[in-house]
Amino acid sequence: MISGQRTWTFQNRPVILSAGTAVGPFEGEGLLADDYDVIHEDLWCSQDSYEKAQKKLFEDAANQALDKVSKKPEDVQFIFAGDLSNQITSSSFACRTLCIPYFGLFGACSTSMEGLALAAFITNCRGADLIMTGAVSHNCVVEKTFRYPTEYGAQKPPSSQWTVTGAGMALLAQKGDGPVVTSATIGKVIDMGLSDPYNMGAAMAPAAVDTITAHLNERGVEPDFYDLIITGDLGKIGRNIALDLFREQGTEIDPEKFKDCGLLIYNDDQPVFAGASGAGCSATVLYGHLLRRINNGELNRILVVATGALLSPLTYQQKESIPCIAHAVAIESGGGAES
Amino acid sequence: MGKKKKMQNLTPEQRQYQDTAQKHEIKRPVVANCIKAFLIGGLICVFGQAIQLFYMYQFDFTEKTAGNPTVATLIFIAVLLTGLGVYDRFAQIAGAGTAVPVTGFANSMASAAIEHRTEGYVLGVGGNMFKLAGSVIVFGTFAAFIIALILNLTGFEGG
Repeated sequence: MISGQRTWTFQNRPVILSAGTAVGPFEGEGLLADDYDVIHEDLWCSQDSYEKAQKKLFEDAANQALDKVSKKPEDVQFIFAGDLSNQITSSSFACRTLCIPYFGLFGACSTSMEGLALAAFITNCRGADLIMTGAVSHNCVVEKTFRYPTEYGAQKPPSSQWTVTGAGMALLAQKGDGPVVTSATIGKVIDMGLSDPYNMGAAMAPAAVDTITAHLNERGVEPDFYDLIITGDLGKIGRNIALDLFREQGTEIDPEKFKDCGLLIYNDDQPVFAGASGAGCSATVLYGHLLRRINNGELNRILVVATGALLSPLTYQQKESIPCIAHAVAIESGGGAES
Repeated sequence: MGKKKKMQNLTPEQRQYQDTAQKHEIKRPVVANCIKAFLIGGLICVFGQAIQLFYMYQFDFTEKTAGNPTVATLIFIAVLLTGLGVYDRFAQIAGAGTAVPVTGFANSMASAAIEHRTEGYVLGVGGNMFKLAGSVIVFGTFAAFIIALILNLTGFEGG
């Protein structure tokens, strides 16, 4: 079960039975538009506040995941989810509607993989038949929580990133058809002393590299074991730094097979600076885009490494540096070879 | 000084990493930003001047009395553009060009008011409207007080 210090291997191969995604209009104009289940044309998602819109995205994604396998909320035993707003209220409020026993998580933008790792662990040791997990973020809620009012005219530097408006939810079961979760590595909190909240990619890159290195060592595999190692939201800057760090420590990693969710969502014309970010970033890309590619047979084995910056506006104003974390989860196609 | 002190608290590992990270940092285009801010900020001032002349020649204002309606007009336009969701896009290009004139002050108040509207009029709009503008008022008033004090003590009183 546990290999090494912080890697779980799941012998019973928990299955991702289905997944649902819901996004906002800006993401709907991006590159992965065909992979989402629900695209809201309105940033408010027909609600009267952005916080309610974030809750709506969560509910939409959850309902999509349930509908695809004709399940009801009462069939689900637990839900592991979180978001970026204060006290993760959107997730809690959505779970009030769904009425599923709930674990609220906060791992900043790494919440998606934190949830998937925990859900897979519990499913693997037969602690539940059906578990839901996912994460949500809304651009305007995050701007309000962490930065300035949305309409305030502050000039953003080119190193800043654009928070995704979107939710991705998945259903895990002990048996069934679908991609399987084979292992997970839990990240340590790593702080390299960076303190610029407009350059999160650089702050998070060492955490991603640390978790990936630990995962490869503890599973005893080389990077090319995976068809794709994909980080959550390092953006252009963070990805380049991560590649540099791998080179420095002598890990050979093919840049073609080392991608970032934050660089897949938007097209080049969209003004997102260094890339996308947010808890919904890795959740929508994995549960929308990557699972489809696994089901199509384009990908066989992937490692998803969601990265999170564990800061708050308060710690930033108190001149603290930015501690970061990354959680890795390995997903394989259901019919793939046993490893 | 602050930065130097900060660097001293870093471990060698952190320092080495920051050197690596710095190589990949995308720098702010400071010179281009300054030029854009100068041109756009200047254009806003020219526009303000045009409004002032309009008030002076079309109505019965003098150069001194035309100031107030001119500022009010600029504030109105800035608030309207903020409400329409255009001002922040314009500001991404203009930077300090839209932040320094009175329009920037109007934008900071209007955007905070819009942002916190869902929390109610009193604690939401009223309580948060000066969230960004508050520090401008605090330090502006304080600076004015100091200058007034200096003028009084040195006996210079401008006319």
